[in-house]
Amino acid sequence: MTEEQGPAGRSPTADDLAAAVPSTRSWTVTVRRLLTERLPLEHVLPDHEPVFVGSWVYVFGVVAIAALVWVIVSGVILAFMGPQWWHVSPQGRFANSLHFWSVQLFFVFMVLHLWGQYFGAGWRHGRAGTWMVGVVVFLASIVTAFTGYLAQQNFASQWIAINAKDGINATGAGAFFNVLNFGQMYGLHVMLLPALVTALVVIHVLQVRMRGVVRPIGDEPGGPPQ
Amino acid sequence: MNAPAPYFHWGFILISLPNLALIGAMVGLFVVALLLPFPGRRQRYPRRGK
Repeated sequence: MTEEQGPAGRSPTADDLAAAVPSTRSWTVTVRRLLTERLPLEHVLPDHEPVFVGSWVYVFGVVAIAALVWVIVSGVILAFMGPQWWHVSPQGRFANSLHFWSVQLFFVFMVLHLWGQYFGAGWRHGRAGTWMVGVVVFLASIVTAFTGYLAQQNFASQWIAINAKDGINATGAGAFFNVLNFGQMYGLHVMLLPALVTALVVIHVLQVRMRGVVRPIGDEPGGPPQ
Repeated sequence: MNAPAPYFHWGFILISLPNLALIGAMVGLFVVALLLPFPGRRQRYPRRGK
């Protein structure tokens, strides 16, 4: 048996490789074992879905992700070209509108997805973490959209910032989250918050892939037959 | 576009008509998604115990 071969001369599987590693405290081994156990590739990239997923209600989440892709694409263009371009040129105004309306669609379908999961109790059977990360995505998206309104570089953004200042101060966050500081709001909007929302969405999707879609209410394992 | 939106005011409820229309459209879309058959699904999925 060569080093490239597993037991019985066949190619080593992931289980063979995991078994060949001695017990260790190495974090890479721990992470590799957890990923192999909890997130096998057939779960990450499935080739079929449960039959109960055949409903338009299950489309809302993926439409929200599609809208988020357009938000990011149009946002990258706007960040590259700058405020004068998006306010003055026809192409810039189009990209600006694309960014605004894809955000509207993102929120509309995120809320529809939330309704679907709320009325279907999507947190059942070990999926509480998936629900909670979804809630955090929603809250982070609100902050991201808010900083976006402040980053428009027009009278509306100034009006919103001045009116929001007292409210933010009242929460106690005004000392480190200054809505009148354009540089801070713009940096948060184009860099940190989009990275946070995107990372949380990726985690949310991976959580769904790990456990699968929750069965409809009344059709759970161990429940009464319908 | 450059004027304040008309508002619906009923008791403590105060909401602009565009926002109210959007919420109505979302509720309508949600109901349609529940009722409209999904392409490729001609039967209800088999329930447990059947």
